[in-house]
Amino acid sequence: MLEVNGIKKVYEGKSRTVEAVRNLTFTLQKGEFACLVGPSGSGKTTLLKIMSGLLDPTAGEVLLDGKRVDGPPPGMAIVFQEYGRSLFPWMSVRENVELPLKQKKVPAARRKELVDESVAAVGLADVHSAYPWQLSGGMQQRVAIARAIAYEPQVLLMDEPFAAVDAQTRADLEDLVRDLWHRFQVTTLFVTHDIDESVYLGQRVIVLSSSPTVIRDDVAIDLPEERDQLHTRSSPRFAELRARVFEQIHRPVEGQAHGVATHAPDVIAPSGATAVSATSDGGH
Amino acid sequence: MAFLRRAGFALGLPIVLFTLWWVTSASSTDFYFPPLSRIVDSLVEEWFGPRLADDVLPSLIRLTAGYLIAALVGITLGVLIGTYKRLRDLLEPVLEFFRAIPPPVVVPILMLIFGIENTMKIVVITFGCMWPILLNTAEGVRAVDSVLSDTAKTYRISGAARLRNLILPAASPQIFAGLRQGLSVAIILMVISELFAASDGLGFAIVQAQRSFAIPEMWAGMLMLGLLGFLLSLLFRLVENRWLAWYHGLRRAQRAG
Amino acid sequence: MSNSPPVTVYEPAADNADAGVAPQSTRPRRSLGASPVVLGAIGLLALVALFEILPRIGVLNRRFFPTSTEIGSALIDQVQQSEFWVALLDTLQGWALGLAIAAVAGVVLGIIIGSSQLLRDITASTIEFVRPIPSVALIPLAVLLFGTSIESKLLLVVYAAFFQMLIQVLYGVQDVDPVAQDTARAYRFSFVARVRYVTWPTALPYVMTGLRLSAAVALILAVTAELVIGNPGIGNRLAVAQSSGAIAATYALVVVAGLLGVIVNLVFRFIERRALSWHPSQRGEVAV
Repeated sequence: MLEVNGIKKVYEGKSRTVEAVRNLTFTLQKGEFACLVGPSGSGKTTLLKIMSGLLDPTAGEVLLDGKRVDGPPPGMAIVFQEYGRSLFPWMSVRENVELPLKQKKVPAARRKELVDESVAAVGLADVHSAYPWQLSGGMQQRVAIARAIAYEPQVLLMDEPFAAVDAQTRADLEDLVRDLWHRFQVTTLFVTHDIDESVYLGQRVIVLSSSPTVIRDDVAIDLPEERDQLHTRSSPRFAELRARVFEQIHRPVEGQAHGVATHAPDVIAPSGATAVSATSDGGH
Repeated sequence: MAFLRRAGFALGLPIVLFTLWWVTSASSTDFYFPPLSRIVDSLVEEWFGPRLADDVLPSLIRLTAGYLIAALVGITLGVLIGTYKRLRDLLEPVLEFFRAIPPPVVVPILMLIFGIENTMKIVVITFGCMWPILLNTAEGVRAVDSVLSDTAKTYRISGAARLRNLILPAASPQIFAGLRQGLSVAIILMVISELFAASDGLGFAIVQAQRSFAIPEMWAGMLMLGLLGFLLSLLFRLVENRWLAWYHGLRRAQRAG
Repeated sequence: MSNSPPVTVYEPAADNADAGVAPQSTRPRRSLGASPVVLGAIGLLALVALFEILPRIGVLNRRFFPTSTEIGSALIDQVQQSEFWVALLDTLQGWALGLAIAAVAGVVLGIIIGSSQLLRDITASTIEFVRPIPSVALIPLAVLLFGTSIESKLLLVVYAAFFQMLIQVLYGVQDVDPVAQDTARAYRFSFVARVRYVTWPTALPYVMTGLRLSAAVALILAVTAELVIGNPGIGNRLAVAQSSGAIAATYALVVVAGLLGVIVNLVFRFIERRALSWHPSQRGEVAV
């Protein structure tokens, strides 16, 4: 479905070059919900930008349904962290959701249907004519999510979408995202630096190291499908998974521990990861 | 009550100043400072009489033509220059130079090229008020938010739709800032272009009055010009408030938050 | 909405001009190929080259468009005449004097009016009415009263530059932190001390922005006065050159006026940046 093959990104600066991402490989199956977790500054956003075709990789390729991504592909939607800057402030909530559909040449009647459905799905039916800046941060992010859903993407990428909202809103939005994923069965890649969030949300957690980024671990999340903030988070299995992800993130990088910029170890089990992902397969 | 208070504040000082002028000038025998009553008479009889069609209207038509052309050219070029960094680097010093030329000094040259008729006056107005519009537009287009721009890209909004839905609205606060600067320059140039050689127009009529020592008429003309400047800026404010309602709301929300 | 700003007439104007929607734009910068400085130089050279070639090959009528070399030699001719330098000094004198008067008046009145809500409310409508009155409306009066002496030039320059200054200062004074203001009051600072230690430091960057805008407008009006009224200066020299048919000299003087404008802009932008470097607030500025 979505394949990331040997992605590497090096930023060429004037005085120094920075290797942000080093040889990343993983695959998302259709309908899968995966979380990408890594410390701040671990090149997560770089990776996401490459996957969405906003940025060219230095090496490697991204394949969506077997087709190489070189520019934003159709059928991909992104929800950015900066909700305040990703919504068009001169358009109402409704117009914001509708604009990409117009661009996709969806007929007006179907457009209305999609907009109504997705705006209602995120619980904003009664504010559809408001401007985004009249809404709270959490509600603005709901608009961005509604826009992504209405677009009927094959793949939904979310770049730390809840990093800038308060804790209670964040919990609500997490449940909303899970709910929407159940309803619409969109292949979802959710990027976060919050370990709890990554374990709670997905079927699988891909753990990244700090820069230059490599994959540390690929953990299948075998929590029950029905999850809720209280019970899931307090279950022993949740704690185990959480601990495993935590350990992987905080494991020191071999070869860099003594400050020498030798090569980091090979990417850990990237090919094994695809096997793990078979757990969720079946949507074919 | 609050409304009365506001009205009182808005009208208080103007009424006081007007009354003061009226009273102190009532028995004025100073040739250059005639009684306000005579100035108002002249304003009503002359400027709101025959001169409205003979002088004010031609001026306004030239102003409108010059301003609209400048807006069109300025915004178009501004979008291009704001979009392409190379073009911007290439043209920036040149544009800085053209902007820095005090616009009235090109009047003598444009007079040579275009004669003294309407064409010259319109070109003068266009030339002068184009730069602030162009440079502000370019700056606004350049500063379009990167996240917003990425959002548009991922939803494959490109070409004309991108221009209409992203670039122009995002740059519109700055485009309006440029248009507002341009408007005051345009009014100045409207007058200046009529001072050199003209057979009609506000500037022409005022200078005519001054040269023939028709002092009350001259004062009335100055008042008329002031009134025009005020009304045009009011009109501009109305248009802007409509177009930029979202922006003012956004700013208020940001400041409150 | 509890602390929605007071609805004053200065506010919207100062609000959105030049203050971008998205100041945090972080587009990637490519350093491929020629640097901006080189490209800019190429642009200027291209302009000069066009003005050389187009009149020569007849695309532009040579009667009205002298070539770059002709303009250049006229310029050299100008700078060798002492009258040119006298005229330049006349222009600069009118500009500097007018700017100084307008700046002082603008700052003093701005601080006095801005410090009192009552005074702000009372004067708002009047300022808003008088400000858009084009300065050139004063030309006939200036001619009648002062003829071609420097006062007529000053009248125009001061009028135009004053409002630029006043508006910025008013905006700056309103930006003063109310907590700082209350603190000063609680410690029984006198009005003068409050202005000195609280108002002035906050308003200073706005004053600098006002100064930059005023300086540009003052130059325009100084040259305009010379051109139209006939006060001695570059503008008048230009009018004389044009009426005597010295086209290349006319162009040369336009170039001089433009360069003068560029220098004024650069100098005051530099001063403003220095004043702004320690001030975090993002501000708008007011149109001409």
